[in-house]
Amino acid sequence: MTNIAVHPEAQQHSLQDHGHHAVASGAAHAEGQQHPIKLYLVVWGWLFVLSTCSYLVDYFGLQGHLRWSLILLFMVLKAGLIVAVFMHMAWERLALAYAILLPPTVLLVFVAIMVFESDYTHLLRMIFFAQAT
Amino acid sequence: MAETALINNLEPPARAGGLQGIVADWSSDQRAFKNVSWGKAMMWIFLLSDTFIFSCFLLSYMTARMSTTVPWPNPSEVFALRIGGREIPLILIAIMTFILISSSGTMAMAVNFGYRRDRVKTAALMFVTAAFGATFVGMQAFEWTKLIMEGVRPWGNPWGAAQFGSSFFMITGFHGTHVTIGVIFLIAIARKVLRGDFDVGRRGFFTSRKGHYEIVEITGLYWHFVDLVWVFIFALFYLW
Repeated sequence: MTNIAVHPEAQQHSLQDHGHHAVASGAAHAEGQQHPIKLYLVVWGWLFVLSTCSYLVDYFGLQGHLRWSLILLFMVLKAGLIVAVFMHMAWERLALAYAILLPPTVLLVFVAIMVFESDYTHLLRMIFFAQAT
Repeated sequence: MAETALINNLEPPARAGGLQGIVADWSSDQRAFKNVSWGKAMMWIFLLSDTFIFSCFLLSYMTARMSTTVPWPNPSEVFALRIGGREIPLILIAIMTFILISSSGTMAMAVNFGYRRDRVKTAALMFVTAAFGATFVGMQAFEWTKLIMEGVRPWGNPWGAAQFGSSFFMITGFHGTHVTIGVIFLIAIARKVLRGDFDVGRRGFFTSRKGHYEIVEITGLYWHFVDLVWVFIFALFYLW
């Protein structure tokens, strides 16, 4: 679309001139969201590779920090590809991208709080369950 | 009218990019999301709120798993399948992951063909996506049946910490519900696309604006989000 100020008039126009409006808005969209099919196929391929990698982490039974860091790495890469390319976030204006992508980062604070909380609960349980037996 | 005609002929002013662009977009008296329709913006905001819901589930699962003194059941063994006389760890979940990723790929291409106004290909790809989604839900039903037969309940299971069952049923159940709703949504929109509702401006839900295949992209946003949530569930619940 061109500009919000034009919008009411554009609707009036469409009453008189259907064809013109449809073509104009169609062209505006084609400009914004036309990407070659190849791009989606490449991303699809990468998602397959990354999923296979994260499955192999379990298949070969990797343990400890190596396992967790690999799982998180593949998870973040896959999530990034899906959001950036499949959901077209890479081509949106930053005002939308920041409005949608910044709030979830607050969740990391929530994660930190709950890690402390569950460590504390675990400690209490160890102490009291040990006493009970 | 003369005035509006004048405005119509003017080129829209170039918009600032970067941080200046954010300030300019949010501080104007008009709307913050300049080139995004209300439908797409609302879907993004809905997905943001859904992110917080799924995060709460995953966080409660993390808290339960970290604070229990009973060992957590090993998902690699719990979700193993016996194929050809050999236990293959997590194989069903891996297949489900590939199916959901494939459905995301076909959905992305459906959005692309929608904007090219190729309605037959768009509808066909959307039906393929819906079929993948239905397959995923079917496999999930199989997985649930298998675990319930083995004695997994929300209040206990034969292998370890009781919270395993409640976390599993809550998280995968909520995700499966999302997939099911997505399949229904996809079939409804694909039917409209195939019938050409968006070309003729037929009256009905989502079809009032002629020449707009944007609803295909909005449906796609929801579908990709379902796939996105599965990426996190797969990593944090099944693989951890």
